[in-house]
Amino acid sequence: MSLLPSLLGSAVARRSLLLSSASLGLSFALPALSARAAWSRGSERPRSLLVVWLAGGPSQLETFDPHPGSPSGGPTKAIDTVVPDVQIAADYPGIAAVLDRFALVRSLVSKEGDHERGQYTVKTGYRPEPTIIHPAIGAIAAHELPSPGLQIPRFIALGAAEFPSRGGYLGAEFDPYRVFDSGHKGQNLVPHVDAERQTRRLAALATLTRSFESGRAGAVRRTFHEHTLREALTLMSSDQLAAFDLDDESESVKAFYGESDFGRGCLVARRLIEAGVRSVEITLQGFDTHARNFAGHTAQAQILDPALSALIGDLEDRDLLASTVVLVMGEFGRTPAINPLDGRDHWPHGFSCLLGGAGIAAGQVIGSTDPDGLSKMPSDPVEIADLTATVFRALGIDFAREVATPIGRPMKLSGGKPLARLLADAV
Amino acid sequence: MAAFGIRQIALPAGTLPAVALGSLVLLVIAAASDPLAKRRVPSQPPVATVAPDATVVAIDRLLADRRAVAGIEPAGPTDELAILRRLWLAVAGTIPSLEELRQFEADARPNRLDAALKGLLADRRSAESLAQQLALPLVGDEKGQFIVFRRDRFTAWLADQIATNRPWDDIVREMVAARGLWTGTPAVNFVTQAAADGVIDADRLAGRVSRVFLGARMDCAQCHNHPFAAWKQSQFEGLAASFAQARLSPVGVEDDPRRVHRIDKMSVAAAAMPMMVGGGRNVPPRVPFGEEWLGSGGTHRENLAAWIVHPDNRRFDRAIANRAWGILFGKAWHEPVDDIPDPGAESSSEDLLDILGDDFRAHGRDLRRLVTVIASTETFRMSSTHPLLEAPEDCDSVTQTWAAFPITRLRPEQVIGAMVAATSLQTIHQDSHLLTRTIRFFRENDFIREYGKVQDGQGQSLPATIPQALVQMNGKFAREMVEANPITATGRIAGMASDDTARLDTAFLVALTRRPSTDEREALQALLSEAPSKGRGVEDLMWTLFNCPEFCWNH
Repeated sequence: MSLLPSLLGSAVARRSLLLSSASLGLSFALPALSARAAWSRGSERPRSLLVVWLAGGPSQLETFDPHPGSPSGGPTKAIDTVVPDVQIAADYPGIAAVLDRFALVRSLVSKEGDHERGQYTVKTGYRPEPTIIHPAIGAIAAHELPSPGLQIPRFIALGAAEFPSRGGYLGAEFDPYRVFDSGHKGQNLVPHVDAERQTRRLAALATLTRSFESGRAGAVRRTFHEHTLREALTLMSSDQLAAFDLDDESESVKAFYGESDFGRGCLVARRLIEAGVRSVEITLQGFDTHARNFAGHTAQAQILDPALSALIGDLEDRDLLASTVVLVMGEFGRTPAINPLDGRDHWPHGFSCLLGGAGIAAGQVIGSTDPDGLSKMPSDPVEIADLTATVFRALGIDFAREVATPIGRPMKLSGGKPLARLLADAV
Repeated sequence: MAAFGIRQIALPAGTLPAVALGSLVLLVIAAASDPLAKRRVPSQPPVATVAPDATVVAIDRLLADRRAVAGIEPAGPTDELAILRRLWLAVAGTIPSLEELRQFEADARPNRLDAALKGLLADRRSAESLAQQLALPLVGDEKGQFIVFRRDRFTAWLADQIATNRPWDDIVREMVAARGLWTGTPAVNFVTQAAADGVIDADRLAGRVSRVFLGARMDCAQCHNHPFAAWKQSQFEGLAASFAQARLSPVGVEDDPRRVHRIDKMSVAAAAMPMMVGGGRNVPPRVPFGEEWLGSGGTHRENLAAWIVHPDNRRFDRAIANRAWGILFGKAWHEPVDDIPDPGAESSSEDLLDILGDDFRAHGRDLRRLVTVIASTETFRMSSTHPLLEAPEDCDSVTQTWAAFPITRLRPEQVIGAMVAATSLQTIHQDSHLLTRTIRFFRENDFIREYGKVQDGQGQSLPATIPQALVQMNGKFAREMVEANPITATGRIAGMASDDTARLDTAFLVALTRRPSTDEREALQALLSEAPSKGRGVEDLMWTLFNCPEFCWNH
């Protein structure tokens, strides 16, 4: 092991020990099955993070914070939920039935009302800075949570996203592995040629790698080129890839999640978590309703409601919810005022999120917004950074841990403080 | 200009096959001219050698002294083809095609490398590639607000400036002070990149100015006084105030003399909302040093622009010198590229950025000359092998003393550029058919979508990721590039080369800009001879070449 520190010198030093152990072949030596969540029970399992990203800025008023009959409410109706005295928008009967698995925060506040900057802030817990890219919480979860025996990527993003999450200063290897077409094995996993030709190609590749190493073997090893190829080849032939496709799921289960790409993505997300993936993000686009807000949100609900409620039920049935933190949110909410196009505009004040699963004190509502839409500040406001810290705490991650960026700047994983009220094992 | 016109065409994906078919016909016609054949080049006039001139000598001496002090021997010189490959990657963002290699090898003049660089710098492709590389720090990689920000227009405009070799200070002046529409006056996109919700964020612009034009991350002082450098929050605020007059109007970016810079705790987005106004304080424009360099009588932005490019502002020249070094070597002299040490009181022959910066200023801020000087140094023409690079733990001593050419990862657009150049045999350039260029553009976008982008200021020494390796091995684009058909190098090498030796030679030349060694020839022979067909064999060879570290890493 004495070689390691120098081998990992300078630019690659920040690659985690996890990677260096993989480079020594350790992670592949473990039985693949040990990655499966099913090996241990419920809350004893290593935790995972599942982010359901509602891209475009979902209207709190048409989702989880309706104000029917008020000046801001519009035509949206509300229904009762399993949580006494708590109503959500009538388009969400499925979620109303499982709302007790979540804490509902109705008073998130952010300072960014632009999509790109807003999603950055909410996904990372930090506002954009010009000289650094902060990692998304999903990347941090993948970085901090161990995933022994996992051959498929630790951080996986399902569905098209305009602003993909990034690994930021943790490095590009903590960018999510993106799957654009949910329900199928990720792209680029199958070689174009048969096994015989692939073997010949790889042998030739080894020859060319050795000849490039002549006179600079150490420098070439520090590129990790061959190592990365080997990891990619391991992924290509991994049995764990089965988690990406839905061939062995029954039609009734698929129907339960809904006939949508997002629905399939939610089912894949459950399978990935079951396979031991530490961090999954699934995106539903289409919430940016500057015009025809109400029809637009109803259409979104028809996709989101069955998929999300099915996902929660399924995770619970498989005893996975106790080890999975589920966060449902978008970059901001929408204005209480209704514009002349029957739309709502961006509103980074008093918007909603759902937080449930492992370590979360579910069945409660935090904060409230003004039904008249006059007061901008919600009661009991929750800062994004504090929400991030809460998620990390629920995952068992030391939220205040400092990580050095590539230029040696120390950065805290979260600049906020966990909200004890949201945590089951309050601190 | 047609070249950029295609960037505005939003072709639905379904139209591509027709496009591909059209270009296939064209390329088949082109193929009939047999690009594999060696070219006869008419005798060319001698080219006046730019180097060695005093600046190149001064740099070589400085670096030699440093290595001597550290006790590290320099690597030996590398061969001309390797240098040619580096030049192409740096300046044109791709590798030389077979056609260009043939021309180069047929050139008998002793200073043919200098001639090649001169030709390359005069080529439109170089202007486009350099513009792309500079646009990243200038306007960032955020999408921005499409309504008022057009990255493509900005990059095309910048390429036009570089193509006519307009002095860098003139280019910068225009960017900082331009007025007008983001479509009609593309330089204003430098300003509108910072627009959010209809308001121009002066802080973001001040941050850009300090990082890109002064080589100082002064924007850290936006929120707090800089822990290491001398920058104060008030200095940053003063710099930002120079942009406060700029506003968006129906006729584009304008300067409204009545506007003042207000500091409050809100973000731009929040401040843009009418109900948030109130509180805060006014800040007048101020510069952090060299007040006497400020222009007068113009708008605040014009005055600031005059200050930035003032001949006494050595930071301006040092900043672009550091960037240019990074463009040539894949690794800036100082990293992070936008946070370089403060200049000393006097320009020093012991400071590489002073040497380059002074030369740049003395030669009318000529970007081509800057590139040429760096490319003419001994260090640029060194081998990337070195006895101390054999063991990973010794590498740093070589890297730190620039005792060998650094090994850096190709940027995504270089990877795709190199694959396209290798497979098309002939050069795809301005005069190529529009359809060919369109295909390249779409392929490039698809590839980069999956492969990812690099961040400015991030070194290119970081390893690739697994998804990147997968794209390169198994991606659709990779398959198209490797496939044996009449328009790819694979098909033509398989069909036209006389024997397997010639096939190996040509494949190595197009992909690695060199011929195979005897050992490689022996080891790879089987790849061709055991394949079910010539086409399959060359496919396997090209695939191997595209995935080997020598192809993927600049050396």
